[in-house]
Amino acid sequence: MIRPDAELLLDITDLHAAVEDQPILKGVNLQVRAGEVHAVMGRNGSGKSTLSKVLAGHPAYRVTGGSVRYRGDDLLELEPEQRARLGVFLGFQYPVEIPGVSNLEFLRVATNTRRVAQGQEELDTFEFEDHVRERLKVVQMDPAFLERSVNEGFSGGEKKRNEILQMALLEPVMAILDETDSGLDIDALRVVAAGVNQLAGDHNATVLITHYQRLLDEITPDFVHVMAAGRILRTGGRELAQELEQTGYDWVDQELAVQGVA
Amino acid sequence: MTSSSTRDLVSQPYKYGFVTEIETEKIAKGLSEDVVRLISTKKGEPEFLLDFRLRAFRHWLTLSEPDWAALGYPRIDYQDIVYYAAPKQQEKKASLDEVDPKLLETFDKLGIPLSEQKRLSNVAVDAVFDSVSIATTYKEKLAEHGVVFCSFTEAVQEHPDLIERYLGSVVPSGDNYFAALNSAVFSDGSFVYIPKGVECPMELSTYFRINSGDTGQFERTLIVAEEGASVSYLEGCTAPMFDTNQLHAAVVELVALDDASIKYSTVQNWYAGDENGKGGIYNFVTKRGQCRGARSRISWTQVETGSAITWKYPSCVLQGADSVGEFYSVALTNNRQQADTGTKMVHLGPRTRSTIVSKGISAGSSSNSYRGLVQMGSLAKGARNYSQCDSMLIGDQAAANTYPYIRSQQPQAAIEHEASTCRISEDQLFYLQSRGIGFEEAVSMMVSGFCRDVFNQLPMEFAAEADKLLALKLEGSVG
Repeated sequence: MIRPDAELLLDITDLHAAVEDQPILKGVNLQVRAGEVHAVMGRNGSGKSTLSKVLAGHPAYRVTGGSVRYRGDDLLELEPEQRARLGVFLGFQYPVEIPGVSNLEFLRVATNTRRVAQGQEELDTFEFEDHVRERLKVVQMDPAFLERSVNEGFSGGEKKRNEILQMALLEPVMAILDETDSGLDIDALRVVAAGVNQLAGDHNATVLITHYQRLLDEITPDFVHVMAAGRILRTGGRELAQELEQTGYDWVDQELAVQGVA
Repeated sequence: MTSSSTRDLVSQPYKYGFVTEIETEKIAKGLSEDVVRLISTKKGEPEFLLDFRLRAFRHWLTLSEPDWAALGYPRIDYQDIVYYAAPKQQEKKASLDEVDPKLLETFDKLGIPLSEQKRLSNVAVDAVFDSVSIATTYKEKLAEHGVVFCSFTEAVQEHPDLIERYLGSVVPSGDNYFAALNSAVFSDGSFVYIPKGVECPMELSTYFRINSGDTGQFERTLIVAEEGASVSYLEGCTAPMFDTNQLHAAVVELVALDDASIKYSTVQNWYAGDENGKGGIYNFVTKRGQCRGARSRISWTQVETGSAITWKYPSCVLQGADSVGEFYSVALTNNRQQADTGTKMVHLGPRTRSTIVSKGISAGSSSNSYRGLVQMGSLAKGARNYSQCDSMLIGDQAAANTYPYIRSQQPQAAIEHEASTCRISEDQLFYLQSRGIGFEEAVSMMVSGFCRDVFNQLPMEFAAEADKLLALKLEGSVG
């Protein structure tokens, strides 16, 4: 929902970033207000995933220029864990497996650090069990997954559900979901999308990074951005996504050629 | 993980590095037959023990220091070590009130309160300071159950028959270079005797403290569990920070008769040296248990985090039919520490079983080797072994090695060995961090997850301690 007077959560200005001296982001500008859902689309290598990693603070990505303000603070100054505690959430495209660390314990520690940052009481093991079982319904996940190691041996779809479960527990203000739809069959996609919709509200915002229109059939974006060559090439409403679905990305090449970037 | 954060991660100050200022009675440096006799005289030992020492010493002179382990260190000058050092105090300690308050304070600071009011309610402690035991708690309560728990020196005086019968019966005085050295000059240690059918009513624990900078510690532990008896025993160790190295060469012998069970746990936190490898304890230890009786069980659990050099292979000789040996180990090395540790499971009796679970964690520029032998004798029909050796690398400067040795003379014995190596990846850490979990906590969650199978074996009181100790060892300011 677009409300021009809503709080400006994320303000990205002329962001440049590199991986191992290879420039990837070359001047990204993006503003996200509370209540909004943004979709960032684009082909492989356009810089979509890099944008999400930079926002979450992955150490392999180096910011070389520009600024990112999150609720008025300099986001780039913060450690990844500080960003998370303040409500920035990255849903991973490929969630890693962490053998030996119990999923339940991991979820409890993560939830409690976020709660403490919000001035809430920590939940003890029993309270947390009740809390997490309630949240499992959001993604229709089997409680058996709580007993396993973090993501270990999970199928692609199970990993993505586990991501949305974490989102449901951490109650982020700014959720960035990186290719949450990839590797999901249509039923799993619907469950995940329903979860995201359920968690969206007036006080938070979502950035969906995706390749395909199909996720946007389930989650309706307020804005659609097309990324190419490390920048946002075009911004529009949900009709832009439909247009992309019909015409593909060929026009992007033409436009880049005109600009002399490709 | 970025290399700078790895380096920061491993620079954790050692919190037990203080020195207690106390008057000490020391003999002159150096080792000779006279020194061996002097130690024996000081302790007022019976003839058989002096003979045991002298036999060991003469044999030691014919041996040379082993060099097969994956360890590198300068030659040890055995003439530059003090072989006996004792804090000066009244000879006879009728009660704790007579123990020098400085010593009690030292153990307080180490988290091992000995005084009546503060001591742990369910753990009896023998506190060894340099070469002597200064106090043993709950002796009387244990005596009501017929359990003997006292310093080795005291045992020699009060139970010479038991000492004569069992000393050297598992680790002969000439077993290896360091065992022979220990047999010649050992000064104190703990003795435990659990009579037939008795289940020891509390955890027993010995706490070893090296205080002097030029003294070697050579303690001797002997635990005997008679038919159907059972006991759980824990040892802990710390030492001050010196920029020289101190030698620690202990011998531990366990004897389990029919249906007896001994669980022996170690949390070893000797000073490990600084980040450049200066100082630290050289830990050369021989530990062996003999499952002498049918259906007996010996279980070793060790958490090795300290020492500059660790050379240690707690072993089980499975002689009794259907006896069981277990070895659960976590060895963490950091900075320039070197560990060559593992076990030997020698299956002699039929249907004997052994389990080995070893977890090695190497950080900094350290080297961590697992070395283990599984041997099936010709009579070990139906014997089984399962070994699992996992290594975890933190950073890109550390090394991990696995040296499994398997020998079988029995076609109907089964041996299984699994090994794995993993590295804490930047992506795993980032994943945990991106959920609000701090860098250090993220590392410690992963390390403790890796070690869970072993920590589950520790007595409950100590499992949480071990977890904290590992976290502490890996903690540091993260830049």
